[in-house]
Amino acid sequence: MNLTPVWISLQLASVTVAVLLVLGTPLAWWLAMGRSRWRVAVDAVVALPLVLPPTVLGFYMLILLAPQGPVGGPWLAVTGETLTFSFAGLVITSVLYSLPFVVQPLRDAFRGIGPRPLETAAMLGANRLDAFLTVACPLAGRGFVTAIVLGFAHTLGEFGAILMVGGSLPGETRTVAIAIYEHVETLDYAAAHALSAGLLVFSFVALLAIYTLNGRRRPGIGL
Amino acid sequence: MSDQAASALGARRGSALRQWLLAGLLLVIVSPAAAAPLKVAVASNFLAPLEALAEVYRQQGGPALQISAGATGQLYAQITQGAPYDVFLAADQARPQRLVSEGTALTGSRMTYARGRLVLWARPGIELPADGLAGLQRPSVTRLAIANPALAPYGRAAREALQATGQWSALSDRVIQGQNVGQALQYLATGNVSHALVAASYTRLENRPAGDYQRVAGRLHAPIRQDAVILAGSASADQARAFLAFLRGPAAADVLAAFGYRAAGPSP
Repeated sequence: MNLTPVWISLQLASVTVAVLLVLGTPLAWWLAMGRSRWRVAVDAVVALPLVLPPTVLGFYMLILLAPQGPVGGPWLAVTGETLTFSFAGLVITSVLYSLPFVVQPLRDAFRGIGPRPLETAAMLGANRLDAFLTVACPLAGRGFVTAIVLGFAHTLGEFGAILMVGGSLPGETRTVAIAIYEHVETLDYAAAHALSAGLLVFSFVALLAIYTLNGRRRPGIGL
Repeated sequence: MSDQAASALGARRGSALRQWLLAGLLLVIVSPAAAAPLKVAVASNFLAPLEALAEVYRQQGGPALQISAGATGQLYAQITQGAPYDVFLAADQARPQRLVSEGTALTGSRMTYARGRLVLWARPGIELPADGLAGLQRPSVTRLAIANPALAPYGRAAREALQATGQWSALSDRVIQGQNVGQALQYLATGNVSHALVAASYTRLENRPAGDYQRVAGRLHAPIRQDAVILAGSASADQARAFLAFLRGPAAADVLAAFGYRAAGPSP
């Protein structure tokens, strides 16, 4: 059985989670600590991928990422590559698709720390960045683990949006979920079973790890 | 019915609403359309023609059709798991054949109901090669969308046509495969490909994408035969047989031609 789609999915999930940690950590911090009146609206926007059907995201991406589109056009001008039917396009789509799964656990973890440790750090002379990196991030450690595992697992399971923008190019955009779909369509149920069972077991182990981790101490952080 | 409705009208002058309700009820009870609808599972590429055919069939006094559209492979999987359809209109021959050999469809019910054609379509403002598929290596062809040849009959036909004209390997890094022929058209409509090889039936859509298209010669690929079967679990097999006979008839042939299909012809 061809395992390239598994490799593509693992790469996609890793890159997506890395991008989301870089973009999502400051966003989650701002959502947890900020006092802006826009905070509630941004919270709602972050949660949108939880409730929207993936076809909505896929449809908008197909238009935004197109060579004449508002995102795909400039990208094509700068890189010479089109975003649809490319790995980079899948990363952009997955970052939006998995956004709440990374940002929400981080936000809740930051909120759970409360103001006191940071006030103490400030009294001891730490500047805000220093306090964030050396006090808040270690205290939010389990939030980070939850965010990474959930973001990774959710990206592995992504189907509808990728189906619409990926083009199923072998070795480029054919992910494991797309491969399963095509195996079912071509009646290759043996291969579909093997890949599906692999995804099922992996997802279960990932969730089990999170719940074990979160169950050992007080609940309320993460999910 | 009109006598009963009239007497109801005379007896209850005061309550117009109740009279209308009674007349409506009688209409529902005696009308032939109240017969159980025929449940038809159809490949998505044939949805629009089937809706037109359903209208013609109803006008001829046939039962209403309850239509479920999907990908042929997906519908096949649902049917093998007991989905309660009467008729399956597939986009290929393989899945109906398989259903018959598995005993899920009635032996002898399989027939070709339509033969598809391919067109080469270009985005608006992008040239359509005057020499047809032979001209596809021009730089104006940046991306060519086809349906996945492993999944979709139109994809297989597109690959055969590209192979027959010696384009397949030369274009391999420009060909984008949609999950089905509808997605190949979607890539063209959203501007993500410059050209697409899709079903001719899409040229008859009211909301078809802009751009020029030309027919691909039928001799470049094996015929795209779409087969129908009656499912073994159907409680309305006689009605299903009547509907398949209608699909072979002249009224259906007109609708098929209007949607860019060739009429059924003999099943091999």
